[in-house]
Amino acid sequence: MTQLFGIPVAVILGQLMLGLVNGSFYAMLSLGLAVIFGLMRVVNFAHGAFYALGAFAALLGLQKLGIGYWPALVLAPLAVGALGILVERLLLRHLYQLDPLYGLLLTFGLALMVEGSLHQLFGSSGESYPVPAQLQGVFNLGFMILPIYRAWVILASIIVCFSTWFVIERTRLGATLRAATENAPLLQAFGVNVPLLVAATYGGGVALAALAGVLSAPVILVNSDMGSSLVVVVFAVVVIGGMGSILGSIVSGLALGMIEGLTKVAYPEASNIVVFVIMALVLILRPAGLFGRE
Amino acid sequence: MSVSLSRTFYLLAGLFALAVPLLGIYPVFMMKLLCFAMFACAFNLLLGFSGMLSFGHAAFFGAAGYVTGWLASVHGWGTLPAILAGTAASALLGLLIGAIAIRRRGIYFAMITMALAQLVYFVCLEAPFTGGENGLQGVPRGTLLGLVPLKSDVAMYYLVLAAFVAVFVFIRRVVHSPFGQVLKAIRENEPRAISLGYEIDRYKLVAFVLSATLAGLAGSLKALVLGFATLSDVLQANSGEVILMTLVGGTGTFFGPVAGAAIVVTLQEYLSDLVGGWVTVIIGAVFVACVLLFRRGIVGELAALRRRR
Repeated sequence: MTQLFGIPVAVILGQLMLGLVNGSFYAMLSLGLAVIFGLMRVVNFAHGAFYALGAFAALLGLQKLGIGYWPALVLAPLAVGALGILVERLLLRHLYQLDPLYGLLLTFGLALMVEGSLHQLFGSSGESYPVPAQLQGVFNLGFMILPIYRAWVILASIIVCFSTWFVIERTRLGATLRAATENAPLLQAFGVNVPLLVAATYGGGVALAALAGVLSAPVILVNSDMGSSLVVVVFAVVVIGGMGSILGSIVSGLALGMIEGLTKVAYPEASNIVVFVIMALVLILRPAGLFGRE
Repeated sequence: MSVSLSRTFYLLAGLFALAVPLLGIYPVFMMKLLCFAMFACAFNLLLGFSGMLSFGHAAFFGAAGYVTGWLASVHGWGTLPAILAGTAASALLGLLIGAIAIRRRGIYFAMITMALAQLVYFVCLEAPFTGGENGLQGVPRGTLLGLVPLKSDVAMYYLVLAAFVAVFVFIRRVVHSPFGQVLKAIRENEPRAISLGYEIDRYKLVAFVLSATLAGLAGSLKALVLGFATLSDVLQANSGEVILMTLVGGTGTFFGPVAGAAIVVTLQEYLSDLVGGWVTVIIGAVFVACVLLFRRGIVGELAALRRRR
């Protein structure tokens, strides 16, 4: 068998593929963070909590109401997005005139409330979500066995990421959004309902997190901590990519997932920390982030 | 607060603190409270007086506890050397993390400190000397300078109290020193401080290391008081709690973090009996309420009220 640095190439490719699956989640989550931050200057710490809520919504929908995977893929993000709009209107709205740090602190408190409640209501053990019938089975790629569901996660995330990018960079709605980022009062003077736009953006960003949550439900154990451990990694991804950049967050999310996968082959003990180490290196060499402008 | 009033207040607070063992208050609880108060004061030096929000201070608090606990239990170090080594370790860690984090400011600074603290958490989880998930158990308190056995809670209490008073006075001195004034200038208007010729990165780094060192002292003492060092001290949740203590009490006030620590530690102690795991939810709600309703914190609001009258 072919080897690279004494490691079979098949093993490396396999871990790269698994890393790409994780990277898909990083990309979707950091994308939502970037969209929210771009318009609202709020670092949404509750992003991980909304991700968990998405997964729990899918799980409960299946167990209590018999809602299957495919409807859940649409319904769970809608429900969580609506909750996000509520959060923006009731809480976050009051903080826009203040230091952005207050937004971070408020959403941190929110994350504690959501994750604490999930923990109390559903325990800490976690439950598995069945893989939908259409996506069961595996692809044999020769160098590895790839479960169809994981391939679907990669595909779905790439579709979601690039359509978000397309909407923001190439459509009229996106142009309005970017105008609000540049100069909200002026845009409002032109008759655009900016507060509505802001609420919808937060709802949309949060819905992206929930969608990632539903997609992840069949791959991981659905539990109350699933978001809090992920959100710190996503923060590091965002610092590496530079938070202002949509494309930057997608690319760095996918790339860091693969690097993490490679580390699992080369030096498994470091796979948990490699993203943070890279973040430190990037900050030393290029403080504004790889795709950031400052 | 006017000078005479604040003197009276500190006199009363001091008398109360000295009398605690006589009042029948559980000394271990008071020691824990003082350690967290020290931690919050150290954190406030950074947030309140230098304008930097660190979301990773648990790393310094927890790592110092591990070093102290490891040296005292496995290597049989004396009390003071173990405390000093733990504190020095967090100073070094503060230098490393601070040097990276001060390259960005504001929310980025917060996210970077959080990520680096998570790195420290994973190191503590996997390093050979931390006992992994179990942590270090049975850390001995030892004997102070070979004279005073600290096994007695009362003796230990007075040691912790002395350390707390020293930290409190030291922070006041730092804030009122020319160095502290420059930090304040950087907090208020960074470009102007640069244009006045201050090397602001150096000032920020020193402030960061000082804060990390004092947080480490608090962590070292806590490990000795409770006799163990575990992962819960390095957790992100702990970084969040120290922010909450400072915020509830009053950011940028001297006594605020102490009041905040007292409130949060007491809440946790008594509420967890009443409502169990819902404590996290309540803490989160307090956080949200603080940010929305009283950003100046209790001490800050009281001071503002007095000024208005």
